[in-house]
Amino acid sequence: MTSNIKNMSVLVFADSAEGKFKKSAFEVVSYGKKVAEQLGSNLIVLTINANNNEKLYVYGAEKVVSVANDSLAIFNAKAYASVIKQVADAQDSSIVIFDSSINGLFVAPMMAVALDAGYASNVVALPSSINPFKVKRKAFSSKAFSNTIISTDKKVIGVSKNSYGIHENAVSGVTESFDAVLSDADLGVTSVKIERITGQVTIADADTVVSAGRGLKGPENWGMIEELADVLGAATACSKPVSDLGWRPHGEHVGQTGKPVASNLYIAIGISGAIQHLAGINASKVKVVINTDPEAPFFKAADYGIVGDAFEVVPKLIEKLKAFKEA
Amino acid sequence: MKILVCISHVPDTTSKINFTENDTKFDVNGVQFVINPYDEFSLTRAMWFKEKQGASVTVVNVGNVSTEPTLRKALAIGADDAIRVNMEATDGLSVAKQLAEVVKNGGYDLVLAGRESIDYNGGMVPGMLASLLDYNFVNGCVAMEVDETSVSLSREIDGGSEVLSTSIPLVVAGQKGIVEEKDLRIPNMRGIMMARKKPLNVIEPVPAENATSIESFEKPAPKGAVKLVDADNIDELINLLHNEAKVI
Repeated sequence: MTSNIKNMSVLVFADSAEGKFKKSAFEVVSYGKKVAEQLGSNLIVLTINANNNEKLYVYGAEKVVSVANDSLAIFNAKAYASVIKQVADAQDSSIVIFDSSINGLFVAPMMAVALDAGYASNVVALPSSINPFKVKRKAFSSKAFSNTIISTDKKVIGVSKNSYGIHENAVSGVTESFDAVLSDADLGVTSVKIERITGQVTIADADTVVSAGRGLKGPENWGMIEELADVLGAATACSKPVSDLGWRPHGEHVGQTGKPVASNLYIAIGISGAIQHLAGINASKVKVVINTDPEAPFFKAADYGIVGDAFEVVPKLIEKLKAFKEA
Repeated sequence: MKILVCISHVPDTTSKINFTENDTKFDVNGVQFVINPYDEFSLTRAMWFKEKQGASVTVVNVGNVSTEPTLRKALAIGADDAIRVNMEATDGLSVAKQLAEVVKNGGYDLVLAGRESIDYNGGMVPGMLASLLDYNFVNGCVAMEVDETSVSLSREIDGGSEVLSTSIPLVVAGQKGIVEEKDLRIPNMRGIMMARKKPLNVIEPVPAENATSIESFEKPAPKGAVKLVDADNIDELINLLHNEAKVI
């Protein structure tokens, strides 16, 4: 209960891929540090097969618990949940915090059952109160927020991507290793093959997303979209009709039933802005729309807009951005 | 193979979202409710297993009587029978505990659900259910084949997909890809007529405390008006993005 919460810890799982921390790891460590301060308890950060654990000290990780285990080389949700549970028990953790990456979303609900904890996903801010424990969450596909109270002693939180931000808070940290015990039962789902397009910025990781819709008229016109994305170091995305027509792969479909986007900059080209599309990209901080139709609903949702033909505007934008980047 | 498909009853994707009673309740006034789109992809995959591999398909919802038309729609699409757990669904963990009871009592070996619901977007019930049952679990599934008890699936990962191998008993949270948009079925008149005669069993919930509760809702702050930039003045856009928005 609240009285002994001070002696308990806040545990953050900092996810990595091939040893390298994901950007979201720094965000959840930043977040966890503040929550630990609010509670007056210690922050513990768990990493699995990560290199350079000291990078987390910059964001306030006083103590990193590092697990190195070859059986965990490829992400396995049940095995990861088992390891996180072992560390949560060993560290007497009252709160376990995850990011909202695909892996975070996979493990967090399993963790909630393991700890018999209430779980709040899509959390966008620090707890607004500790007793009762109250957090603000995205709901209705970003069309609203809910203020949710978690009433269980133990709590699991999923921090919505790019909502809290990465905050430096340098401490002199220590890293301890932890020997996790795994059983065959933890490996009931096995990875056969990973198919990943390498060398491309993923929508999940991108600071900027360049997205195009039916206004582009056909898949053969995507060259300029890719070039614009290239200049900006951005990921490419598309509207639902475009993926349904097979012009672009499904993985690029963003919107309510596609991938959610929470980038810093979202540029929509030839996308009218159906309510479902806007719901999916709402969490992006700055939105730019380029569309021939000044009545397109996207203009109501955007921060900046150009009424104009994409085939004229985009090449000019590429040229000007190149000059800007070189300057 | 006994399949249970979990169905959420959610506002249509085009719904305007409003709240009543001091922003504590979702305003259902004028809102059209549908099968949660993610659940519909999984339900459609279940129909395929029924038709090609002789599986039985039960649909379940945790909710009050107002969700029954949505369950009837799932029956019209082709599910064999439906179960409604008579409880307002307000917390993921307590809903998962109800569903775990349904799975145990019914002996279902494959549970299909959607990745998340489009109302509360919790994305938690399938994973919780799998853990409560100690079933295997795959989240964000975009392809799935079953051969006897062995199952081959793909899930979406950042920048690609991962092929997974597992076995029944299993919980799968699906999304577009487990079937395609064009595979979704609109119930025909015969399906709708038959659905009226199919069993819809209402069962009372088992005791399970809510782990979370929603105190209030709020809507995003109204947005300022868009700043329009002339199509011939791209420099101004770059200036605004660099100096004002600070995103490039």
